[in-house]
Amino acid sequence: MENKNTQRRTLSLLVDNEPGVLARVTGLISGRGFNIESLSVAETRDPQISLITIIISSSSQFIEQIIKQLRKLINIIKVIDLTEDDYVEKQLVLVKVKTNPANRTEIRSLCEIFKGKILDVSPKTYTMEFTGNEKKIRNILTLLDEFGVEEQVSTGLTAMSRTRVYKHERK
Amino acid sequence: MSELTGAQILIECWKKEDVKVIFGYPGAATIDVHHYLMTSGLRFVLTRHEQAAVHAAEGYARATGRPGITLVTSGPGATNTVTGLAGANLDSTPILVFSGQVSRMMIGNDAFQEIDIVGITRSITKHNYLVRDTGSLARIVKEAFFIAQSGRPGAVLVDLPKDVLTGTAEFKYPGKIKLQAYQPHLKPHPKQVAKAAELLLSAQKPVLYAGGGVIMSGASEKLLTLAECLHIPVTNTLMGLGGFPGTHPLFLGMLGVHGLYQANRAVQEADLLVTVGARFDDRVTGRLDQFATKAKIIQIDVDPTSIHKRVNTDVPLVADAHQALSAILNLLGKYPNYDRTARRIWLNRIAAWQKEGALEDGPVSTSPAGIKLISPQTVIKTLYEKTKALTPIITTEVGQHQMWTAQYFLHDQPRHFISSGGLGVMGFGLPAAIGVQIARPEALVIDITGDGSILMNIQELVTIVEEKLPIKIVIINNGCLGMVRQWQELFYNRRYSATLLGQGPDFVKLAEAFGAQGFRATRLDEVAPIIEKALTISGPVIIEFIVDQSALVYPMVPAGSSISEMLPYSANPSDN
Repeated sequence: MENKNTQRRTLSLLVDNEPGVLARVTGLISGRGFNIESLSVAETRDPQISLITIIISSSSQFIEQIIKQLRKLINIIKVIDLTEDDYVEKQLVLVKVKTNPANRTEIRSLCEIFKGKILDVSPKTYTMEFTGNEKKIRNILTLLDEFGVEEQVSTGLTAMSRTRVYKHERK
Repeated sequence: MSELTGAQILIECWKKEDVKVIFGYPGAATIDVHHYLMTSGLRFVLTRHEQAAVHAAEGYARATGRPGITLVTSGPGATNTVTGLAGANLDSTPILVFSGQVSRMMIGNDAFQEIDIVGITRSITKHNYLVRDTGSLARIVKEAFFIAQSGRPGAVLVDLPKDVLTGTAEFKYPGKIKLQAYQPHLKPHPKQVAKAAELLLSAQKPVLYAGGGVIMSGASEKLLTLAECLHIPVTNTLMGLGGFPGTHPLFLGMLGVHGLYQANRAVQEADLLVTVGARFDDRVTGRLDQFATKAKIIQIDVDPTSIHKRVNTDVPLVADAHQALSAILNLLGKYPNYDRTARRIWLNRIAAWQKEGALEDGPVSTSPAGIKLISPQTVIKTLYEKTKALTPIITTEVGQHQMWTAQYFLHDQPRHFISSGGLGVMGFGLPAAIGVQIARPEALVIDITGDGSILMNIQELVTIVEEKLPIKIVIINNGCLGMVRQWQELFYNRRYSATLLGQGPDFVKLAEAFGAQGFRATRLDEVAPIIEKALTISGPVIIEFIVDQSALVYPMVPAGSSISEMLPYSANPSDN
């Protein structure tokens, strides 16, 4: 169902923090045959409310319909399409890279350039943490591939508007 | 204040919501509710299958506008409600299913008759709940009733673990509730109303396309006023039938794949399509990119997801149909100024189409023995003529008989034609008629069915006889699954795979076995007398008509074609 009008959209969903709510959201999207590219969920400052950040790619008509359908779900308080704003998005990735005495310095300096952290050192590996937007993460992983990536785990992206303020508490 | 058990709380909540009747089937998980229900003063109607209980609740809701209630047990009791829930939800009918569940500590253990019914029904209900403690039961029931009935109505399921029903809590029913995340938008936007009124006044060839939303919101009278004040012809969807008087000179009949010739022609030629409580279903539009291409579109719908879903709308109006039509009428005033000459020309063109596309009586053929066979269309027409003075409420199943009923049986009042639209559930009509007759004990209730559909919930004859419901069941018996057979005849080289039913059961004896009466007509001259005879009987009756199998539903728009490409009546491929 992909076509040339495909857009990547970042949606921020304020939802009731209750069992089954995430299933309603993902079911609504998967039930229409679409894939979720990225997902992250956590409680907000109000423990009764959770925030779901979701990234989907599709035609704008489909996404408009999905947004309306999401708004219709009883447990969804607000759907914000961040794509329309100027916004920042970040994800966190943990990566385990093969090391040897010859390349350790180079890897450490790469880590520094990309503002990463070395979390663990073993005789043959470094375990590192990076945060950033999708592009930055992709770039660092490409560079690290040269040394051999043993393992890599990543969170979904989370996002926030640069200027607009969205209240996450109950009125 | 003393505490009540969950089961008692549930019953008290029903009383607060003015529930009079509950349809369902008992089981271990709901036995505590039944224990108190017996002396509660509420009527419990025991259907013989949970699916039928949900259809009966839908029939009740469609006939009254009040929510229909179903109580079933856990496991299979709950899974049997799935078809009914999906159907009611697609047809925007307010129903509530209360399902039993195993005790909370047993959930997830594959316990006996345990099923994740909340998970199963998530995508086919407007909302659903698993009640986690007795203390929140009353609030959840209140919310469930509110959600089922407000905005675009729908189906809500409430899953009740056994120990929530046996546990106790103080009973306090919430007064008004407000759900932060759910506030249906009912009031039309004044700017959009003004735009709509402007288009209505300037249109030369307008058509009103009205669906079930008109009936749901009680907007029939407003629709009639609007149509009459601007002389706009009206077409109905299947769900909308009765929302505009069927015998009114401005009525075009149903539109769509089996819509009437004049209705489809008018929509295709219209310069303005005013859509009220309808959602451009594929059975209405046919090939979408060729649907109403000359028309600007005003769309009134309480559900924002119905707007821009299949077609782009020029003037969207998210609002309750009654409120939106009232606002438009207020703005138009009593004597609006529109182009009366253009309207006369438009209505004359429609009148010509009406003549051209007049419904025919179906095939006229004789058996080898020289007996005149019955055409199914004649049965529906005769039934209409013989009963119209009694303003009967008609339920149907799904297939050819359903389309013939929609075409030939006219309704001047809303809530008198009750059929499974969106989901198209065979086996809907008989149990739905139970709910209708219980809601309207004085009314003449007729289920029009086929020899295929009737067997899908035939067990409900017991319920009908036990509850002493004088439902008349009209079986159009053509010995086949007619609608699929029709497609096979027209598009699949007449390979009648799995559609010929043969002789089937003896429906007259079947009626008698269940304690009802049964009659059969096999010749054309028996049709009218047998209907008259059935109407004199005060109890339930099956009237079986053995009809000509070759009868097809026309007009018909072949799959994937524009509604301009209707096959007219004479298009019998055997003539080609």
